[in-house]
Amino acid sequence: MAAIETRSVTRELAGEVPVTLVRDIDLVIGAGEFVAITGPSGSGKSSLLYLLGLLDQPTSGRVLIQDSETTGLSADQLAAIRLARIGFVFQFHFLLPEFTCMANVEIPIRRLGVLTTGQARDRAAMLLDSLELADHRRKHPDQLSGGQRQRVAIARALANDPPLILADEPTGNLDTRTAHLVFELFRTLARDQGRSVVVVTHDNDLANMADRRIHLVDGLIVD
Amino acid sequence: MALPLGLDIALQHLVHRRRQTLVSLLGVSLGVAFFIGISAMMQGFQRDFVARIIDVQPHVIIKDEVRDAPRQPVERAYPGGAVSLRGVKPREEIRGIRGARNMLATLEELPGVHVAPALSGNLLLRFGGKDLSVNVTGIDPQRERKVTHIEKDLLSGSLDALYTTSNAIIIGDGVAKKGGIRKDDLISAVSPVGVVLKMKVVGIFSSGITLIDNFDTYVLLKKAQVLQNRTNVVNRINVRLDDVEQAGPLAARIERQFGYRSEPWQEQSRNVLGIFVIQNAIMYSTVSAILIVACFGIFNVISTVVFEKTKDIGILKSMGFRDKDVRRIFVMEGLIVGVIGTLIGWGMGWGLIEFMASLNFQMEGFVKTQGFILYRTPRHYMISAAMAIASATLAAWVPARRASMLNPVDIVRGS
Repeated sequence: MAAIETRSVTRELAGEVPVTLVRDIDLVIGAGEFVAITGPSGSGKSSLLYLLGLLDQPTSGRVLIQDSETTGLSADQLAAIRLARIGFVFQFHFLLPEFTCMANVEIPIRRLGVLTTGQARDRAAMLLDSLELADHRRKHPDQLSGGQRQRVAIARALANDPPLILADEPTGNLDTRTAHLVFELFRTLARDQGRSVVVVTHDNDLANMADRRIHLVDGLIVD
Repeated sequence: MALPLGLDIALQHLVHRRRQTLVSLLGVSLGVAFFIGISAMMQGFQRDFVARIIDVQPHVIIKDEVRDAPRQPVERAYPGGAVSLRGVKPREEIRGIRGARNMLATLEELPGVHVAPALSGNLLLRFGGKDLSVNVTGIDPQRERKVTHIEKDLLSGSLDALYTTSNAIIIGDGVAKKGGIRKDDLISAVSPVGVVLKMKVVGIFSSGITLIDNFDTYVLLKKAQVLQNRTNVVNRINVRLDDVEQAGPLAARIERQFGYRSEPWQEQSRNVLGIFVIQNAIMYSTVSAILIVACFGIFNVISTVVFEKTKDIGILKSMGFRDKDVRRIFVMEGLIVGVIGTLIGWGMGWGLIEFMASLNFQMEGFVKTQGFILYRTPRHYMISAAMAIASATLAAWVPARRASMLNPVDIVRGS
């Protein structure tokens, strides 16, 4: 079963001069696969990631998540898919500053509303512990280092145990060593936990850690 | 910790913007408090005044007038015709209610209706070199005590003294004060037709309504007829009803049946009741203005929060919050400010009322009172809460809607 599949996906921005972000993308990403999307800036890496993550809708073409059609779904239905099946990590951690790390990780779990309050807390604690953040549960994001924050953001992405992890330049604000650790983590998520991980990066060294590289130039897959 | 997620986030936003939140809260609570305080004061005064009017004045007054000039025979014969009459000279009629005895008898038959005849006119009182122009009303004390409040308002003397003393007069305490007159004093009364009588003050009353106390006097009906040289004439019939609400319909019925102008108490006090309408309009617009200002405060806070929290909104939406979940968070913030502001406002309003109640001063306007007359009712609390919460929610709705429409791609891409 493919985790994500795109069929000739094109995304254009309307305007006086229409801009094509990505063109005719055909892509199949399997379960447990760790994929890096690379390319120069402006090549449409992030745009493709947002299309894969249902944050944006293609102008033409189709996106299938776990073999189910997403074209024509309402915004609320897309939000429901994102909530349960997709975890996002961005360049900026986007943790809510008012909440502790624990509370931040609990937010998607509470929003999904399947687990009880106690179970949600246990799961958040377990995720933080597994990312070696056990000592920081009660801290607020501004008390953590950049790498720690990004790990909390990854814990949050994993909160609802999604089969899909999408990361947009997750190491952009991190030093090389920390960036490597984060990529190691992604590899573990893919290999050991069977999740599909798609990471956008412009760093070739890091991209080489992935199982597969997709290189974009001007919105087209080059190799 | 078991708070719903949306509420949790909303509360965190407000708590972390403590000063702005407090200012908006204060705006809402001041609006609520002023509404409660001012309504208690205004309605207290108005209700008291109406109660006094109903208590003191007759509920219907039948006068020896007709509302419209009687129509000429030719006009009656051709109601729709093009009739023009010129130089009509109205007949001189003796003023007074004709067939008053019959009318009294007919009206007295009705259940819950009490009637009393009266003859009112002017009188000049002379005492110690002072002239006082007053209204004099000739009454039948037996019947009058069932119709007006005069007996209960007597500060000294009694109504029956009008019978037992010859040439007796009862005066208002305002009249007494102006003329330096005391009970049992002998005063000269001069009527417009030139009758002069030495009268003895057998009672002084105070109704609490300044206009009445300063100008009204009472004598026996027969004595009034003598003073005015109008034997057996009655120019007013006062009616009191067990059910005040019947005043309007009954007045209309009397007027239809007998033709004389009949005024229910609402019509007699139309001027003052009209002022009340204006008063209420002023009160409501003042309070609305306060609440509108408060709403701008709420709008401002929530707009700021939305602006500052753009990143949070982006991540919440990308992790699967629906538009309405986001909107709910910010509407809830307005609601929280509205509800908490209302609760504080209730406390402040209650305090304001108790403070006004503790004030003690002499006031003489339409009525004489000591301190504020306050009307306490849960209705004012309910109305103010409804207004405050509705407007707070509305003020939050606008920025909340904008927040819900933010596109997460624009937010996450930018950083």
